[in-house]
Amino acid sequence: MSLKPGAIITEPGSSVRYETGSWRTFRPVIDANKCTGCGLCWLYCPDAAVGKGKPPEIDYRYCKGCGICANECPFKAISMVAEERE
Amino acid sequence: MKQVLDGNEAAATAAKLARVKVVSAYPITPQTTIVEKLAEFIANGELDAEYIKVESEHSALSACIGAAATDVRTFTATSSQGLMLMSEILFVASGLRLPIVMTNVNRSLSAPLSIWCDQQDSMAVRDSGWVQLYCENNQEILDTTLQAFRVAEELLLPVMVCFDGYILSHTAEPIEIPEQAEVDKFLPVYKFPNPLDPEKPVTMGPLGVPEYYEEFRYMLQEAMHASKEKLVEVDKEFKKRFGRYYGLIERYRSDDADVILLTMGSLSSSAKEVVDTYRKRGEKVGLVKVRSFRPFPVKELIGALGQAKAVAVLEKDISLGSAGGLFLDAAASFINVKPAPLMLNFICGLAGRDVSPLQIKEAVRAAAKAAETGKVRRAVRWLGLREKVVGLKV
Amino acid sequence: MIEIRFHGRGGQGVVTAARLLAEAAFLEGKHCQAFPFFGAERRGAPVVAFARIDDKSIRVRTQVYEPNHVVVLDPTVLETVNVVAGLKRGGLAVINAKKIPEELKNAKVALADATAIAVETLGVPITNTAMLGALAKATEVVSLDSVVKVIEKRFKGKLAEKNVAAAKAAHNRTVIK
Repeated sequence: MSLKPGAIITEPGSSVRYETGSWRTFRPVIDANKCTGCGLCWLYCPDAAVGKGKPPEIDYRYCKGCGICANECPFKAISMVAEERE
Repeated sequence: MKQVLDGNEAAATAAKLARVKVVSAYPITPQTTIVEKLAEFIANGELDAEYIKVESEHSALSACIGAAATDVRTFTATSSQGLMLMSEILFVASGLRLPIVMTNVNRSLSAPLSIWCDQQDSMAVRDSGWVQLYCENNQEILDTTLQAFRVAEELLLPVMVCFDGYILSHTAEPIEIPEQAEVDKFLPVYKFPNPLDPEKPVTMGPLGVPEYYEEFRYMLQEAMHASKEKLVEVDKEFKKRFGRYYGLIERYRSDDADVILLTMGSLSSSAKEVVDTYRKRGEKVGLVKVRSFRPFPVKELIGALGQAKAVAVLEKDISLGSAGGLFLDAAASFINVKPAPLMLNFICGLAGRDVSPLQIKEAVRAAAKAAETGKVRRAVRWLGLREKVVGLKV
Repeated sequence: MIEIRFHGRGGQGVVTAARLLAEAAFLEGKHCQAFPFFGAERRGAPVVAFARIDDKSIRVRTQVYEPNHVVVLDPTVLETVNVVAGLKRGGLAVINAKKIPEELKNAKVALADATAIAVETLGVPITNTAMLGALAKATEVVSLDSVVKVIEKRFKGKLAEKNVAAAKAAHNRTVIK
């Protein structure tokens, strides 16, 4: 890997290669009946892992399980469920 | 064309000739008339540039960083306390490898409050990854500023052009102003390799994790080393075009000298006069002037000072708790080198105190005594301390 | 090399006087240098400025300790400053005063009532251009013609005219004692 002077990164969006999903201990699960599609979870997600829609899709490759979406959801439609890994 | 200009006007004229596109400055004390003059050039249409007035020097350099990153030639000027307030951003500019050119008018630091000349300000930021060039007269200010843009842009290093407050900044003398067309040939259009551009996004200033930070510092240090050669190359091309050459150091009647004065900035001029008075009497006294303090010309100084018996380093700064900054680097140049001259350090001219020929002679005498006896009793001394002021007629 | 020291008070144009003198010498094909010494100055505080003129390029950058001539823009500074300190033998003190001040009774003096002239011509007691006219009369340092030229370069329109009038009037009315 060649380093550019000034630590400039010239490839836009290169963080897409960095899959933060492996960090997750709790996974957000959306209750489709309570979801109104308001989009607040999409707006708040720091890793852009939540899509738009009713209910939205969550990209678990990047969702690190921070729980911000569950905390912000005004309809309590998102619950954080413990990951069960083998 | 020859004109009578003071140092500030010379610096502003150079920035104008370089066709800078952005000037950002904080216009209040300790600012100089450099940015006032540039504002005038922009207002009356002589210079097509954006003038960004900001609320502090911290912001002034920050604005320059943003501007330089968007691919335009950028200039600012400051002095003393202003440089201190900038110091955090100095490291950002060099770390991001942005080729900003800045004038620092050398003035002392508070407290006690002072507005007068010494080199404590730029010496305090010598480790910030900026090339530091010190000028001896107003012609050198104009020429060095033009050269600075070339060096900065070809190596992606910020360059600080330093010159003595009042002694040069407010002193008017005739200087040769080059033709715009000639400067245009010398200075190509500014081009930053990976500018900020919404069409082609880049990330600037990412996290420097422990696995990578050291490499970036090493690259910066390598660029600093490379700037030595670049300075000489640009200087030589400048000579071809404009007929004037300065070098990393200047050797003045020093080749066969037993005692050499080592100086930086405007003090060199008066010290050369003193050298001449000794030479008239047949005494082997010479002078070496350091023009490039960063990068430090180690090899050149070994060559210029190596054969002398004693070197007296005169400087207007002090690394408190140690010695003068020029002395420290000059002495360190001779580590592992033999033969090495004895070295004495003379701190002088702080906060605008006039360094008289008598004081310079005092330094020569002390160095001559060291040369004769082979001993240095006190390596670091202060010239012209109040109780010792003798022979001054005013 | 000719070295001139200017004395006056902040606001009287002492710094400009030195600069204009240097530029006048430059017009005559000389090398020159002009610089102020600033104290912690405010309007009214004593101010010193220097000019050097030579046929060859000027390198020395110390203050002037042994001037060839001194020019005093305001006689009241004589009370606190020894304006003839270090003055070279044969050197002239060009003074803005009506008569020889007590402090300078042993010096070679040229007198011009520059305050009156400045008030007549400019309407304000800024005496720098008048004193340059006086210096041109009293010494060979620069000609009145060169002084007029630099004034016209430095100032515009009416202001230039008034300052030229001040310099010329002082040139006419300077008396060497």
